[in-house]
Amino acid sequence: MADLTSEFVGIKSPNPFWLASAPPTDKEYNVRRAFEAGWGGVVWKTLGAEGPPVVNVNGPRYGAIWGADRRLLGLNNIELITDRPLEVNLAEMTRVKKDYPDRALVASVMVPCEEQAWKEILPRIAETGCDGFELNFGCPHGMAERGMGSAVGQVPEYIEMVTRWCKETTSLPVIVKLTPNITNILQPAQAAKDGGADAVSLINTINSITSVNLDTMSPEPMIDGKGTHGGYCGPAVKPIALNMVAEIARSAGTAGIPISGIGGVTTWRDAAEFMALGAGNVQVCTAAMTYGFKIVQEMISGLSQWMDEQGHTSVQDIVGRAVPNVTDWQYLNLNHVTKARIDQDACIKCGRCYAACEDTSHQAISMSEDRVFEVQDDECVACNLCVNVCPVDNCITMETLSAGATDERTGKVVSDDYANWTTHPNNPGATAAE
Amino acid sequence: MTQSARANGVTAGRIDATQMQSNFSDLHEPYDVHEAVVAADRCYFCHDAPCMTACPTSIDIPLFIRQIATGTPEAAATTIFNQNILGGMCARVCPTETLCEEVCVRETAEGKPVEIGRLQRFATDTVMSKAHPFKRAATTGKTVAVVGAGPAGLACAHRVAMMGHDVVIFEARAKGGGLNEFGIAAYKSTNDFAQDELDWLLGIGGIEMRYGQSLGQDISLTGLQQDFDAVFLGMGLSAVNALSLDNEAAENVEDAVSFIGALRQADDLTKLPIGRRVVVIGGGMTAIDAGVQAKLLGAEEVTIVYRRGQNAMAASEFEQDLAQQKGVKLVCNASPVAIVADGRLTAATFAYTEVQDGTLVTLDETFTLPCDQLFKAIGQTLGDMPEALGLKGRKIAVDATQKTNVPGVWAGGDCASGGDDLTVTAVAEGRDAAMDIHATLMGAN
Repeated sequence: MADLTSEFVGIKSPNPFWLASAPPTDKEYNVRRAFEAGWGGVVWKTLGAEGPPVVNVNGPRYGAIWGADRRLLGLNNIELITDRPLEVNLAEMTRVKKDYPDRALVASVMVPCEEQAWKEILPRIAETGCDGFELNFGCPHGMAERGMGSAVGQVPEYIEMVTRWCKETTSLPVIVKLTPNITNILQPAQAAKDGGADAVSLINTINSITSVNLDTMSPEPMIDGKGTHGGYCGPAVKPIALNMVAEIARSAGTAGIPISGIGGVTTWRDAAEFMALGAGNVQVCTAAMTYGFKIVQEMISGLSQWMDEQGHTSVQDIVGRAVPNVTDWQYLNLNHVTKARIDQDACIKCGRCYAACEDTSHQAISMSEDRVFEVQDDECVACNLCVNVCPVDNCITMETLSAGATDERTGKVVSDDYANWTTHPNNPGATAAE
Repeated sequence: MTQSARANGVTAGRIDATQMQSNFSDLHEPYDVHEAVVAADRCYFCHDAPCMTACPTSIDIPLFIRQIATGTPEAAATTIFNQNILGGMCARVCPTETLCEEVCVRETAEGKPVEIGRLQRFATDTVMSKAHPFKRAATTGKTVAVVGAGPAGLACAHRVAMMGHDVVIFEARAKGGGLNEFGIAAYKSTNDFAQDELDWLLGIGGIEMRYGQSLGQDISLTGLQQDFDAVFLGMGLSAVNALSLDNEAAENVEDAVSFIGALRQADDLTKLPIGRRVVVIGGGMTAIDAGVQAKLLGAEEVTIVYRRGQNAMAASEFEQDLAQQKGVKLVCNASPVAIVADGRLTAATFAYTEVQDGTLVTLDETFTLPCDQLFKAIGQTLGDMPEALGLKGRKIAVDATQKTNVPGVWAGGDCASGGDDLTVTAVAEGRDAAMDIHATLMGAN
């Protein structure tokens, strides 16, 4: 069985599955249950400054969107940071870490953007025996209105400044949690790196309104007739998170900084994908909130089985493996020609490929009177829409035309030379291939 | 169990009221909202969907299922009723396993079709208690007579009334609904649904019901032609085929349709007499409906005997399975040769059959089934018809627009040529006749 032990910025855990700083990690009771269930680590629910804690709304804190059979696809959250006193949290963290020394326990922190505030609180938290800090520059709701959370994460200069204060204060690893509510993830990531961060974690939640109650004309979740934007998470956000993780992993300025991958991780496969794109470990929240802590057992067995099948012996082996294959559009090989192929034995004759292609694409699928659907190579641009809308696995696939074959659509012979947009004659800015 | 559970002869009260109620509850439980949405989500919204083509009334099935999935079953119902005003009953009685669900691509893929019938019931049930969804056009001053308040007549009447014509339905019985009310198994139409649906359908307005009006006795075709601008005949089949055997008139030798009708009209099924050993002769839906219900009423042994092979049965495979599941025995390749009676029925004798060179041949070898009740379910035929009407085979000849040979007279449903004796086909024919009547009355034809 593959070795799942993980070491992330020096923090050891028996597996790379951590619970993200969120409602599931708000208190000792939950965290103990999580560790008993097998989670490798937790990032404790964000701690705030000493004094009267924040208060939460007393109405719904979550909204959701669902797929078939009410499968939860996306969750939206307007809960704030911990609403329990700092001392209570610190005492609980101390007890938990003492009882679970092999598990990672990271403290998430959010205090006002003042040097004193950060420099005072970190040493106090460090006394719990925690393994590191995660700076919460991500929460997009509530706390951002008070100048914290994503309000900091949206200003790279603030990220760098606060990170530096923290690094000056503690010898423990400092992870900076980034908000996706920005236009270019590289800038906050670079700022964290410049401030001396040991790692970044991303993504935090995305500004969102999950739905509108059409009876009351209020956004959901609704509190007394009003709603506010909350943080969106769950399976629906994974593609956005994967892209941001990959951008940081492949860009010259930020490549190499350890990444804790967050955003819709629901199964072992999601975790493996994040790690392949450069995440050293993953953090999970919505999946646990949907199904309970037990899902980590599937994540452990699934990742382990897959690693065994692939011959990977350690978690570190898979980190970043897919990063070299993430590129810019301009470098995609324009000489690579594929055509859709329909497996007539597997086809159930629903005609969705036909409707999609005929109505919205390139009229490249024909339909006979007896419902046989066939690809017209002279029209097929290989857009893949038919593959995506087909309800049958592997019924429609993309076949690569080999070199020497003629592309019936363009009439050109397929070349196995690599050629991209940068050298294409239609590109006004093309440079001659050397 | 009551005392008479195994009593010989034809007697009531073989099972108690609680068991009886359970036996005759809905064959397919209605969906609740969540179940309906989950079931609807299985639909692939096929292009030019095979289910739609298979439906005799061409209901836009993918559209109505999507309307259910998106929380608007009322709109789904309208989609259904646009094509089939008796969509509620058809959802219950259609042999979907040989129509829409048979060709569902998920049947092809997984052997588990989208449950179109149950979804249709969910949608139509939603609006049954609400205001009638259609409005009549401005009155045209034209009048239409409809003979028979069965599926064909009702579908025709509703459509012509909707077009603004005034309709009178002449129904021979004291109640409307036709086979929906008198002919199908009780567990397919529970809680007096046929009458509720009739009342709801009449909500369109412009339809007058006249009961106890039998063609050839109380009314005549020429009279109707004089009094109305158009006539639609949808009176079904009133005569029953005979076995032509001795003792056919013996006590407890009955027509299956009469038995089913009596059962459907009974206020208390525990008071309905049934034999201990029941034999049903036939291989269609009526045979299954009679056999299964005989069993549910408490008959100890029920045997359906069919003269051809099982794959030749007109009853669908689902219906055959249902019968066997309920404990009914199917005996195929056997033809009745004698009814044994001593004033009262005691047994029936059958000869084995075989197909030789494409012809069914009765062999010498026989067997005898002791029975105290026998139901004949070997088909129904047209009753006496006005002489002017041309026939095709044993039915009223009609063209593609349901016109008979008599100008101004249309026909549809089981009494007319073409079709397949299904409720849904009768609805389609009634509806299509209505459209042609409308076009004719408004001078478009």
